[in-house]
Amino acid sequence: MAKKPRVKLPKKAKAGDIVQVKTLASHKMETGNRKDKKGNKIPRLILNKFSCSVNGKELFGADMHPSVSANPYISFFFTAKESGKYEFKWTDDNGESIKVSKDMTVS
Amino acid sequence: MSNNIHHMVQMDRRQALKAAGAGVLALGFASTAHATPESAAAKLAELAGSAGSMSDKVTITLPEIAENGATVPVGITVDSPMTADNYVKQIHVFAEGNPSPETISFNMTPTGKAEVSTRIRLGKTQNVVVAAVMNDGSVLTAKKEVKVTIGGCGG
Repeated sequence: MAKKPRVKLPKKAKAGDIVQVKTLASHKMETGNRKDKKGNKIPRLILNKFSCSVNGKELFGADMHPSVSANPYISFFFTAKESGKYEFKWTDDNGESIKVSKDMTVS
Repeated sequence: MSNNIHHMVQMDRRQALKAAGAGVLALGFASTAHATPESAAAKLAELAGSAGSMSDKVTITLPEIAENGATVPVGITVDSPMTADNYVKQIHVFAEGNPSPETISFNMTPTGKAEVSTRIRLGKTQNVVVAAVMNDGSVLTAKKEVKVTIGGCGG
């Protein structure tokens, strides 16, 4: 997990607006089906969970399987309601997670 | 007679080379069985809770031909007001011909609109099946075929 995931979320929104979020994590998403040059299986290592929460409440989530592309991209929409901390979290097969948080002000 | 045998040996060598080439291309899938539409449907029923019914409320946006199966952009839109009494709870995406059909499942809350997009791997030309689970438990599905030029699960 070298690079931090990128998250695109507007800084400000009007209450009731439908806001699009775009996320791009940087990960190889090793499927577990590939073999190295010697014919040994490369063990599976993917990000299997994504979640977005606002002030601690879950807003959106996804369960990922090996058929998701490397550097998983996820985009979704929500209605702007509360200002605060939007937390984005990716978890891999080893249970390690990467977090990104963004602030958005709703007026 | 001896000429014939010689010819056969040469052919064999050529075929062997071809086979070796194909083997390298198929490396990623060499030891993995692909899913079938039936096993994908079974998985869908298991995850979604029912086999569901085809609905034009679910729209899948996919390229008709994917040149590179490693990253195929896919968008899913479900016609739903996304209010507390009527919303899409989950959207499951299945790739019928991949080693494991389940691809990604989105867990939604009643907000915004039911529109998501991501990028998936497709091992070969196949159908992508989407099942949307509504808050009342009903399951709406849609299906779309993608032609894949270069498979994207291995190699």
